[in-house]
Parts: sequence; structure tokens; C-alpha cells
Amino acid sequence: MTENALLQAQGIEKSFFGVKVLDGVDFSLRGGEIHALLGENGAGKSTLVKILTGAYRRDAGVMRLAGREVEPRSVAEAQDLGIGTVYQEVNLLDNLTVAENVYLGRQPRRAGLVDRRRMRADARDLLARYGVKADPDETLAHYPVAVRQIIAIARAVDLSGKVLFLDEPTASLDAREVQALFDVLRQLRAQGLGIVIITHFLDQVYQIADRVTVLRNGRMVGSRALSDLPRRDLVAMMLGRELAEVTAHRDPGAVLSDSPAAFSFKDYGKRGAIAPFDLDIRAGEVVGIAGLLGSGRTETARLLFGIDRPDSGEARVDGATVTLHSPQDAIARGFGMCPEERKSDGIIGDLSVRQNILLALQASRGWSRPIARREADALAERYIKALDIRPPDPNRPIKFLSGGNQQKVILARWLATDPRLLILDEPTRGIDIGAHAEIITLIEKLREDGMALVVISSEIEELVTFSTRVIVLSDRHHVRELRGAEITAEAIVEAMAVPGDAA
Amino acid sequence: MIRARHLPFLATVLIFVLAYALCVLQFPNMLSFRVLGNLLTDNAFLGIAAVGMTFVILSGGIDLSMGSVIAFTSVLVAVLVRAGVHPALAFALALMVSTGFGALMGLTIHALKMPAFVVTLAGMFLARGAAFLLSTDSVPISHDFIKLLKGLFIRLPDKGKLSFLAILMLLAFVIGVILAHRTRFGANVYAIGGSEQSAELMGVPLRKTMVQLYAFSGFMAGLAGLAYTLYTSAGYSLATVGVELDAIAAVVVGGTLLTGGSGLVLGTLFGVLIQGLIQTYIVFDGTLSSWWTKIVIGLLLFAFIVLQRLILLVSERRAAIRSAAGG
Repeated sequence: MTENALLQAQGIEKSFFGVKVLDGVDFSLRGGEIHALLGENGAGKSTLVKILTGAYRRDAGVMRLAGREVEPRSVAEAQDLGIGTVYQEVNLLDNLTVAENVYLGRQPRRAGLVDRRRMRADARDLLARYGVKADPDETLAHYPVAVRQIIAIARAVDLSGKVLFLDEPTASLDAREVQALFDVLRQLRAQGLGIVIITHFLDQVYQIADRVTVLRNGRMVGSRALSDLPRRDLVAMMLGRELAEVTAHRDPGAVLSDSPAAFSFKDYGKRGAIAPFDLDIRAGEVVGIAGLLGSGRTETARLLFGIDRPDSGEARVDGATVTLHSPQDAIARGFGMCPEERKSDGIIGDLSVRQNILLALQASRGWSRPIARREADALAERYIKALDIRPPDPNRPIKFLSGGNQQKVILARWLATDPRLLILDEPTRGIDIGAHAEIITLIEKLREDGMALVVISSEIEELVTFSTRVIVLSDRHHVRELRGAEITAEAIVEAMAVPGDAA
Repeated sequence: MIRARHLPFLATVLIFVLAYALCVLQFPNMLSFRVLGNLLTDNAFLGIAAVGMTFVILSGGIDLSMGSVIAFTSVLVAVLVRAGVHPALAFALALMVSTGFGALMGLTIHALKMPAFVVTLAGMFLARGAAFLLSTDSVPISHDFIKLLKGLFIRLPDKGKLSFLAILMLLAFVIGVILAHRTRFGANVYAIGGSEQSAELMGVPLRKTMVQLYAFSGFMAGLAGLAYTLYTSAGYSLATVGVELDAIAAVVVGGTLLTGGSGLVLGTLFGVLIQGLIQTYIVFDGTLSSWWTKIVIGLLLFAFIVLQRLILLVSERRAAIRSAAGG
């Protein structure tokens, strides 16, 4: 452990608006190791990464690279030092071509001009090593998110000679792509690179990382080798308490199958997005939707909420046929939805927590009837308390909250409209174990209160925990419906492997 | 294969060719090197300004000060020459001032995190006011050097001339194309136009690029001012009001996305030529009011904005289907 570190930070401090986000954090990374950085939401991981990679300036502390004190003042300076980063949300430029994205700022030049031919050839070669066959001359917007993510990683790896930071690199990748990425990381580790990976998947931590540093509330809890750190101890380090039994199976007898379906969709589908499906949703039940990335999960949610228009089938609410051609239609029928892409589709970053909470309620009331300040304050306070949104400051712009707390604010937004049907697309993605448990408890509670919920999740264990029924999707078809005692992780996985056209 | 991002450019070229063909059908005389040469000469100063404007718009910004800077430069040159300064020196000074002015605006936009619209609006009033301060009257210029420049041309077939001004504009476009597609500066401008935040996280030096960008735009405005001075042989502080808007129109009709990040410098040349063509048509016709230029440009602008929106929607839909199929 005391070997000379490749990247070392000591006593890092950072405050935003007088709130200390990092307080005397030490961090040490050796060459040739993969180091996991873990912590609950709001623990300060992202801030630490941004400081170490030059995106933020630290308030205090020392940073050394290979023993020499460094002070990167911008991402560009950090890159020049050999520190490369892939930030949490894929940060490439959709309007540039693949090759331009890979080589932005370091284009090969000949006689002072960018050598486009070589840039294309280099990009093609580089991406081929990651198993990505992308046309280097096509705009990035042309490619799906998973491919863009790998391109971002390829770029960062290629330009960082010494240290590579990966903030949630696997969030939008499927299992095969994760393995491909890990192969690349192992290869880079063998070359002596120091790699820091932030992730919420503990399986992946144990699979790939050598050492782990845990942060909690802006302080460092500890730094340990993973080989002698049992998983339970690691979770305890992160939470600062023993993990509650959140994954216990719910009583399968709670199914209310006899009551008439409040929301009923028949032959509902959209070409190119999801094959026609039948779906009945009753009050007081949680319909879980399982499937691999790209199996049509999000497409199903978008249809249900009227974001996309169906080209077949009909929807009924309380037995009456309704048209759901826009989210307004859906909201008017008592629907609510928390989208998957929190940053782009959910929050409005510059508005305060209170304003974000009130958004949907105000929209459903109409702009001519503004919510009174007193009522607004009361609502915001109620939900901040009920969902334990931290920090409990209704005036703070939501962009300064951590992912898990942003997610709670979006939940609060819809709860404030008192919906009858709530659609949650990946409500626990990218948030830590503590917030995770809270959201699961909340889903249970809402169900008990008689709300109907549709929850999309890629975490099968989680679906098993709270679903009264699970719809399994494969290749854009609803292939299987599991009820009550049938709902087990094995059954879901088995159904997910069913080819869609065989259903 | 035709890529979606090149569709607006191709549409512009197609519109130009079609419009020219229509003009020629009605007035066969319009198909001559003389008309073409005049088309380039008459629109030289607009074209040069539009090159600068293309970069600014590609970055997602806008430069409203252009018309005023053109007027200021032309008055400055006229006043300096009247005072006995050699025109070449006056030109160099004027370019330095306009470039420095642009750089200052770029720095302001970056440092104060103000929208380019606001800062360059202030720049517009400032430059216009400074021009008035130099002289409120039209200042004529006559100098042998200027006569020499105006007399330079390359002979084209059937009495056509490629004048010095036309060559200057084409040169500006050549420089623009190289800067946009073959330099890191150009790539950085496109990157900022795509997303300033992402560009910064990818290591694009924002401040440097913004200063360079608006300095370039100021330089081109200054060069356009020189072209205008040569063209009219005078400097007048009330001239070229609203030229920045003509330049913006040329850029957008040329296929550049007004919100930034997508477009081609070469498209702007065709945007300028389309505007010039309409004016030439009106001259040939003789009965139409010259305001028809504005009306047609207005319609074209609108059509292009709609076209770009449609292309965006279609390619988004395709991307969605692709990612659905591949994911």
C-alpha cells in the first residue's frame, strides 16, 4: 500500500454554497491497478472525480501525479498530464462525426492542417480493437447510446497515458458489452495504467477491481484491497450501517386479480418500437416490466404515457375508450411517469427543488391557476420530508442534488398530482443502495395505498421484491407474464431468453 | 452515399441551380460570365461578412455587430486616407481594430457568460456610434492605390471580369472552408455548437476558441468593410445597416443550423449567391420593387428552417429505430 502512488490526493476539500461536499478526502491510486470508488449518492464521488480531472477546482488539498505536485485547471490540462475521463452521462458530441469525436483536440495533422484521411483510418483501427464497427465519417447521433459509450471510453483510454477515470461506465451497457469493456480494462491494467471506476454494481466491483475506496458524506471511510474485504463489510462501509433486509420476497398472496382492470390496453403497439400487446393494470398492483436493454421496455412506457402514438389497438380507462396521443392526454386520465433519462427528460436543472416538484401539478391545473406560495411551500416541505430528499432545501437548484435525490424529486412531482397510475422507468438506476431501498419501500407503500404502478427495471431481484405481476419482454414482444409465486429471478431470466417471435 | 447532414447544403445548391435556370429561361442574357462576375463583385462584402458569420453561427452564437463594424472600418479607412495615410497602412490598421474589437467581444461573452446576442448587440451600437464620431458625412476616397486595386481583374470569356473584390471574397471562402474542416479551431467551433458543456469536458479550450472565433468574425467584418470601401469608394457611417441580418440569412439559407453545430461554409457562398441572384433578376426585370428580394429571402429562410427541422425529426426517428433494432 505504501508503494509510490501514481496519483495521490491528500486533504481534498470542496464546498458548494457553503455546504461542504468534500472534507479532507485522501485518495491514492497505483499504476497497474483498477480502483473502485464507491459511496452512496451525495457521498462526493462525482465531485472528487471532477476535481481530480480538472473540471472543478479544489478549495484545499494537494494532488500529486507520479510524485510531482500538479494542479490541473481544466480538463484539457488534465488530459495533457495523462488523466483521461469518461463522465457519468456520455459526453460526446452528437453533431460531430465518430472520428472527430475520438480525435477532438488532438487531430493528426500534416503541414499544419488536419489530416482527415489518417484521422478516419486511425479511428477505424482504434474502434475495431473494442469490437465496434462504426463508420468514422458518420455523425455520432446515428449510433445507439451503448456504441457512443464505448466510443467515449475508447477516446478517453486513447488520450490518457497514465490515469483513466470511468464514472458509471456500464450503466447503459448490456452484459456482453460490459464484458468487452472489462477485457479492455484488464488489458490496460496490464499496460500499467491506473484506472478508477465508479459504479453502483457491486458484482462488477468484485469482478474487475483490485482495491476500493469508500466515501460517505464527503469523507473518506476507508481504502481496502478487495481480496480481503467481504461483500457484507463493503456494504456496511458504504451505508455506515448493516444492510436491511430489503430484498425479502413480498407475500405473493397480495394479488387482487378479481377486481376489474382500471387501465386496460388491447392490441396496443407501434411498428418498429413494440409489437402489439395486451396489458391490464388494476389499482393496488405493481406490474413489473423486465427485459434486456432494447427489448422494448422503454418503448412500452412511452406508449402507455402517450409520448409515442400507437398505430394499433385501443386503451381503456375504467372501461371507457380513451385516446392517449400526448402526455397531456395521459396526465388528464391520472397517469404519471418518471422517465429513464433523468438528466435530459426528467429534471429541469436550473429550477429549484420546489419548482421541480410542482411542475406536473401546475401543468395539470393549467397556467391560469397558479399554485399559491403557501400551498407550494407546504407541498415541497411535505415531500422533501416524506421522501427524505437531501439536502432538505426547497430553494436549491435541482442540478446540485445527487442522482438519487433528483429521482426522489421527480417521484414527488408525480405524487403531488395524486396519480392513479404511475409509470416508473428504471427508478433505481444510477442511485446508491440506501436510496435504492427507500424507493423500493416507497413503491410498496404506494401500492398498499391503492395506486397502480408500472415499474420498468433491469434489476431482476428488485422486480421480484415488489411486483405483483411481471411482464417479460424480449425482442420487442411481451413474451411472458408471471404472477404470484411464479415470480422468481430464475423464471424471469428464463423468459427473457425466449426469442420474441416465439411468443 | 448522401449523408443526412449534407442534405441542407445540397438543397441550397439545387435551389440556386433551379433559380438560375428559371432566370435564364426568362432572360437568356443572364447566362453569361459578365452577369456571374458582377454577381460575385456586387455581393463581395456581404459574402466576406457571411464567412465570419458562418463560424459564429456554427458555434451556436451570433454576431450582430457586423454591419456596424463594416461601416466603422470603411469610415476609418476613408478618414485615414483623407488625412494622408497610405491606404495599405489604413487597411492594416482597420483590420487590426476590427479584429481586436471582435476578440474583445469574444472575451466578454466567455468571461461574463453572457449570450452572444447581448454582447454583440452592445458591440453593434458601439461600433456604429464610433463611426459617427469619426465622421457623420460620407467621406469619398480617391487614391491611386485604391484605383489600382479596383482596376485589378482576371478576364473571363465574353467580356466577363473576375474583379479584385470577387477574388477577395472567393479567397475568404477558401480560407473559411480550410479553417472549418482542416483545423482544430474549426473542429472546436463545431464542438461548441454541438454542446458547450460537452466540448469543455472533452478538453476544448473554451476561452481561447471564443476569442479566436469572434476575432475571426471581427476580422471578416473588417475585411468586408474594406471591400465595401473599395466597392463604393467612400466611407459612410450610415451605410450597411442591417447587413448582419443579410449575412445571417445567407448562412441559414446556405444550410447552416441556426442553433449551431451543423453546416458548411461553402453553403454560405450559395446562400449569398441566391440573394444576389434575386437582386439581379429584379434588375433584369426592371419593374419589380427591390424589396421583393427581402420577401423571397424571408420565404426561403422559413422554408430552410422547416427543412432542417424535418431532417432532424426524420434522422431522430431513424436513430430510434436503429438503436431499438441494435440494442
